[in-house]
Amino acid sequence: MAYKFYGGVHPRTFKTLTYDKPIKRPFMPKKVVIPLSQHVGSPAEPVVSVGDNVTVGQAIAKASGYISSPIHATITGEVTRIAYSVTPTQARSMAITIESKDNEENQDFRLNAPRDVSALSKEELLKIIKESGIVGLGGAAFPTHVKLSPPKTKPIDTVILNGAECEPYITCDHRLMLEKSNEILKGLEIILKILGAEKAFIAIEDNKLAAIYAMERALEKSGIRNPKPEIVVLKTKYPQGAEKQVIKSVLNRVVPAGGLPLDVGCVVQNVGTAVAIYEAAHLGKPLIERVVTITGTCVREPVNLWVRIGTLLSDLTNIFGGFEKEPKKIIFGGPVMGINQYTMDVPIIKGSSGVVFLSDEDVHQEKESICIRCGRCVEVCPMGLAPTTLMYRVKFEKFQEAKDLGIVHCYECGSCAYTCPAKIPLLDWMKFGKSKLSTM
Amino acid sequence: MDTMKKIKGVESLVVSIGPHIRDEVTTSKIMWAVTFSLIPAGIAGIIIFGIRSLFIICASILTAILAEALILAARKKDLNALLDGSAVLTGLLLAYNLPPNVPLWMPITGTFFAVVIAKQLFGGLGHNIFNPALVGRAFLMLSWPAYMTSWQNPRWKADAVTGATPLGLLKERHMDLAAGISKWDLFIGNRAGCIGEICILALLAGALYLFWKRYITWHIPFAYILTIALTSWIFNGSGGLFTGDIMFFILSGGLVLGAFFMATDYVTSPLSAKGKIIFGVGCGALTFLIRKFSGYPEGVSYAILMMNAFVPIIDRYTHPKWFGWVKVVK
Repeated sequence: MAYKFYGGVHPRTFKTLTYDKPIKRPFMPKKVVIPLSQHVGSPAEPVVSVGDNVTVGQAIAKASGYISSPIHATITGEVTRIAYSVTPTQARSMAITIESKDNEENQDFRLNAPRDVSALSKEELLKIIKESGIVGLGGAAFPTHVKLSPPKTKPIDTVILNGAECEPYITCDHRLMLEKSNEILKGLEIILKILGAEKAFIAIEDNKLAAIYAMERALEKSGIRNPKPEIVVLKTKYPQGAEKQVIKSVLNRVVPAGGLPLDVGCVVQNVGTAVAIYEAAHLGKPLIERVVTITGTCVREPVNLWVRIGTLLSDLTNIFGGFEKEPKKIIFGGPVMGINQYTMDVPIIKGSSGVVFLSDEDVHQEKESICIRCGRCVEVCPMGLAPTTLMYRVKFEKFQEAKDLGIVHCYECGSCAYTCPAKIPLLDWMKFGKSKLSTM
Repeated sequence: MDTMKKIKGVESLVVSIGPHIRDEVTTSKIMWAVTFSLIPAGIAGIIIFGIRSLFIICASILTAILAEALILAARKKDLNALLDGSAVLTGLLLAYNLPPNVPLWMPITGTFFAVVIAKQLFGGLGHNIFNPALVGRAFLMLSWPAYMTSWQNPRWKADAVTGATPLGLLKERHMDLAAGISKWDLFIGNRAGCIGEICILALLAGALYLFWKRYITWHIPFAYILTIALTSWIFNGSGGLFTGDIMFFILSGGLVLGAFFMATDYVTSPLSAKGKIIFGVGCGALTFLIRKFSGYPEGVSYAILMMNAFVPIIDRYTHPKWFGWVKVVK
């Protein structure tokens, strides 16, 4: 049974919109815009130039440092543009545009014959993961090969596969656990082999009973031993899926503030990442597509889709059937931590778990009023901070005091601003304070 | 931009930092819920002391609204702030803290003082250091103590015109009379006292509603009442140490109203759970000291006011330690 973590909120999940929708493979885009900075770390460096013809799966940019990740062509066609472009992370980033001219062209990625993974060494597996451009698919997009190479001084005894999916609306991990349970387990086996961990857990929130059942069935059939993964059912509560919280819930271990999961002998990987690792190691397929949940109460036909990286959101409009009501916000990721977009012409990238459209009623644009010191933000902060106190420190430019009170430990889950009855944009103040401190 | 035009509907987007969804709870919802939760106690007061109590409550609330409107206009603030319910709540709470037979100008003066001086002159909602309703009561108590200490028995009693509160009886050393009031009478409010404090049953119903809505937490009321229970049991017995009548001291004064509805006032209580417990224990200890050693029979309102002054320092020393806190070696 799962342990508890401090704080957290209970937003309405709206997951039923896409809960039962199998992941569709809709169409091949004629044009993709692939940003070079989709991951945490330094942007990839292009290895193609305008006018080159590329085939699907071909590397078009190489990793430019240790914490970086290569990028692959996601359709076959001609490179038409390498320039700064709109990206969903709102960061200024170069992007490679590929356009396919020939309508008849076969855009399927030719899978290799299944490889005998058990014959591969740890180093070979890591190399495959690195060269396949795999990054964390839960949203943060941290290069996976870095996470799987802990320093020798920090032995890893436990791997947690994260299927908590605590963000409202999003169901991509849920559908993957239902439809790709065996692939997830095979991916987990590879992770375990690389890390040499003794224990493995698969953490799923209790609002995804079908996924829990599917994973249990797959686990029984697979016969994975040494270690035998264990399914942990977590309470549905945001931010249950955050790394530090999921470790507390599963293992009752506390990651030291400012530290990493590997400080407590842990590595957490998203279930989608496990599928990508499986495909790369067994079938030789680089990360060229991901599951995206396109949803919202104002969307005519919410869907779960396999989308090629770089597909523009505007090209997907026909798939989800447009809108019943005018959307007020377009969000990449979940509605709590996701990033707001100002146009439909943004590409889906490796970290885009979903696109949520919110209408006027969902947005709750209420006027900010004064803090009444109700302490709700203090109750819900999963890091145990006092957001309102920090907000006043930042407001009056007492940045050092804010730092002493722990503002740098805020990982911007947004629970404080979600729960604030005075509708104070607490997260804005936290981000402002942190960015001020980082430049001081 | 072209695609934007093509797609019908996507024309006026809002862009902001997350979270993009918000909880439905608002400041005014909380204020009105607290007001709502106090209605049963008011009805009980009106039934027990008669229609005059209703006039006092109405006078108090109307003054609160008028005073708030006046000063908001004078400060050139948005008059919509009236709708947040905080002024009505202040008026209501002050009326509940008055004896049922005060002249009508008393709730008017007291509420005016509470809203204008104790709340708005400190900067309005969210900035006041002291609980406005309690400041209003303290002001009336200091200015017109005679009116504030003449009590009335429930209207069905023979000597309904003058009475004494159970704690008052105790202070005047009428132990036998005080002990003669049954616990059930204390619980349902068949005794002399302030309009809103007497019917414990109605107050607890309101408090349960607030707990259920999670608008108040257990820390302050439980720390407060437990402290009173312990200190009264140990020191307040007539037969020496550890003989105090716990239930009498919990039920007989304004403790339940104070602990659940006044001490829990967000603005004037600490932020963290630890701070709330310290605050509650402090209120309990001060209430006990006033009841036991001062000239006043009851000390809930002064105790809370004094603890209000300690809130900033409590907050400072109980600032929560964050998740995964490690001691920094300097």
